[in-house]
Amino acid sequence: MSEKTGQRLLLQGNEAIVEGALAAGCRFFAGYPITPASEIAELMSLRLPALNGTFIQMEDEIASMGAIIGASLAGVKSLTATSGPGFSLMQENLGFACAAEVPCVVVNVMRAGPSTGLSTSPAQGDVMQARWGTHGDHPIIVLAVSSVSDCFDLTIQAFNLSEKYRVPVIVLSDEIVAHTRETVILPEQAAVTVIDRMRPAVPPEWYIPYEDNSRGVPAMADMGSGYRHHVTGLIHDVRGFPTERPEEVDAFIRRLFRKITNGFPEIQLTKTVMLEDAEIAVIAYGAVTRSALRAVRQARGRGIRAGLLQLITLYPFPRKAVEAVLRQCRRVLVPEMNMGQVIREVKRVNVATEIVRHNRVDGQFITPAEIYAHLLAM
Amino acid sequence: MMQEDRYELRFGGAGGQGIILAAVIFAEAVGIHEGFHVCQSQSYGPEARGGRSRAEIVISSEPIDYPRVIGMDLFLAMNQAALDAYFADCKPRGILLADATFVSQVPTSRALLLPFTTIARQQLGDALAANMAALGAVGVVCGRVRLASLEKAIARRVPAKFKELNIRALHAGAAAARQLDLAALPPFIDSEEEKEV
Repeated sequence: MSEKTGQRLLLQGNEAIVEGALAAGCRFFAGYPITPASEIAELMSLRLPALNGTFIQMEDEIASMGAIIGASLAGVKSLTATSGPGFSLMQENLGFACAAEVPCVVVNVMRAGPSTGLSTSPAQGDVMQARWGTHGDHPIIVLAVSSVSDCFDLTIQAFNLSEKYRVPVIVLSDEIVAHTRETVILPEQAAVTVIDRMRPAVPPEWYIPYEDNSRGVPAMADMGSGYRHHVTGLIHDVRGFPTERPEEVDAFIRRLFRKITNGFPEIQLTKTVMLEDAEIAVIAYGAVTRSALRAVRQARGRGIRAGLLQLITLYPFPRKAVEAVLRQCRRVLVPEMNMGQVIREVKRVNVATEIVRHNRVDGQFITPAEIYAHLLAM
Repeated sequence: MMQEDRYELRFGGAGGQGIILAAVIFAEAVGIHEGFHVCQSQSYGPEARGGRSRAEIVISSEPIDYPRVIGMDLFLAMNQAALDAYFADCKPRGILLADATFVSQVPTSRALLLPFTTIARQQLGDALAANMAALGAVGVVCGRVRLASLEKAIARRVPAKFKELNIRALHAGAAAARQLDLAALPPFIDSEEEKEV
């Protein structure tokens, strides 16, 4: 298929994620096949060797997550991709990546759960898991794709944010986006903005691996490049060794959060459609954005002043953008292919606007008609 | 009212008839070589092989919001079971195109019957090329894609050794479709305003 950038292509969402990852400089993939994410591994296994990259099919998702952490520590941008059951297995090592501040990108192509669930049906049930699936208080970045072009653009964005902030980034896709083929025009490589992690500017003997700085993101040395670098999931001091001293523990946890909080303006991505004069609004993410967009246009056709806020970043939750919509609109609908996960985040921002839910958990796509019916009643 | 030229197709048949491949080739021809926006999806069930198979294509000159079929403008049914299962979403003005080899009962008078599998077997010696014969007919009936574009898409999506067979099947199906008189189809009855979404 495909493979040059700068041309018009017909790609599946999963294929566009591969193209995005490669454009961002990803050269390592470890994974275990699972529907509906398997095409990502399949295409990576074809593409990476030709780019002097490494593809490994691991024995399971626990090992896959471990492998991408290891590769990233060695200085190589790394990706894994899975679906709910595999994402559950990745949670422990995902926490390790959070604690050790290892940049990496995890794609979770959501299918209906819990457990093995409906293996070939779409859902949005893993939002909270993406945020809180690994234990402990930790910041993490979660992006949600709604189209094939999103898959390309946001995978690049995921790598850039991961590198810049030294944090794992979760890309939440779903079976609809993953398996729908759409026409996309991929930019030339030269037109792609690629951010690499900050590496130490000091000689090895001066290097303090977890030393704080104004951004709260320590410089990261590649393993094997001559810099001493101790890595652990235990809470560690600035030299990377375990500590239980309250002032060091406190400083560490607060820095983890501060580095993300400082980046809110560029991390919290949203998109608005016809919101300028909207009286009612839909707040949607992922594939459901597409249904919502059609329903909102339809409502406008009937003279209803409806608008759409698409949440591209789910975490850190784009509170400012949501708050603006809640202040402006008298009612807000949050359609989700789960029993209500993001609606709770919206309610946490609440400014006394009525928030309406619409939930679907039968493994089927929410249709424009369902949302439109709400808009008529709002 | 929305001004859009959205056109929706669904292909249905048995798993193994090449329904999804036909849809991917069609989407590529329309999306890459004709310059339309296109969304192509497929039913994706563990039971797909041998059971029912379904694929959809949405075409528009504008970016496409909802990527799935809302109401078909053209429905290609390659067997009776798929026709029975998937016909319900056809628009009143939609056209049914069916493989007469396997379809005997049609639920609409706006139906075009051509024996794609028989054509493939008799003219090309391989019943498996029926999907490409049907694709040729779809191209003629929908009027949104040139055969040359479908040929290019076939060349890209089909293994080289089957390319010629598939392109011959495409032309055989298109030739059969050109014998049909589309103007002779009965007008659709549009008693209610068509559903908007």
